[in-house]
Amino acid sequence: MHWGSVSEFFAMGGYGLYVWGSYGVTALVLFMEVVLVRRRARTPTGIAGHTGDYPTGTEK
Amino acid sequence: MALNIWKYASPQTFFPLAGRMIPVFTVLAIVFAVVGLYIGFFVAPTDFQQGEVYRIIFIHVPAAWMSMFIYLVMAFWAGVGLTFNTRLSSMMAHALAPTGALMTFIALWTGSLWGKPTWGTWWVWDARLTSELILLFLYVGYMALAAAIDDVRRADKASAVLALVGVVNVPIIYFSVQWWNTLHQGASVNLTRAPSMAASMLTGMLLMALAFWMYSIAVSLLRVRAIIRERERDAAWLQDSA
Repeated sequence: MHWGSVSEFFAMGGYGLYVWGSYGVTALVLFMEVVLVRRRARTPTGIAGHTGDYPTGTEK
Repeated sequence: MALNIWKYASPQTFFPLAGRMIPVFTVLAIVFAVVGLYIGFFVAPTDFQQGEVYRIIFIHVPAAWMSMFIYLVMAFWAGVGLTFNTRLSSMMAHALAPTGALMTFIALWTGSLWGKPTWGTWWVWDARLTSELILLFLYVGYMALAAAIDDVRRADKASAVLALVGVVNVPIIYFSVQWWNTLHQGASVNLTRAPSMAASMLTGMLLMALAFWMYSIAVSLLRVRAIIRERERDAAWLQDSA
């Protein structure tokens, strides 16, 4: 273990912005992808009269 | 009776199978990520040249590997769909594209945040970086082309041709650091010689690569289920199950 304290861990030897900027954005985009795909997989597709295009889901 | 693997080429039989596989790959992804991040942040030593900023490697390299690997798998399924007219193959290719594009984005984004403190610049028109950016455009172009054509079967065929032509870019990315004099460093991990990094760094990186791989499989299977539901929504078998 080479971190003396929690703040030392978050400082990342002065590179905190770069390291956490990388990990933060990665976590965010992966989380967003999962949310969007789960939503898409649950959206009622309805029974369309035609085939071909993607459904728009539940129209308002 | 021999096991007929071809029956899973039908969306109807693949749909529940994919549903059962998703939790398995999700759990694997979480386990690999937890162990990989623990090793990456608490076991792997500080790099003697770069200090702590090198810890970006634990997501940068796995994302970059996946960005190339997913493209090859996507082009493979697109090619199978084009050749054999198997619907599920084309759906699989479409399911992989957004995740591949996301991996490419992560590789570029983390690379940029790594480049600034180590090279002094966010971006440089270096062969490795430029060819990876072209990969992002190929993914986006593939998705845009598929979405622009109303007839699904025609969209599958046209986008498959684009995916297959774009395969030429993958070896260019991979070998760019050897073929050209790039600012980007050469490969630290190679099949033919010992890796030029500490064992714990390598372990963390490989575990994170496995985590990204399992994640990509899980999310692509979920997306292919969504695509199957959308495309087969008139089919009787889906009326009860989805």
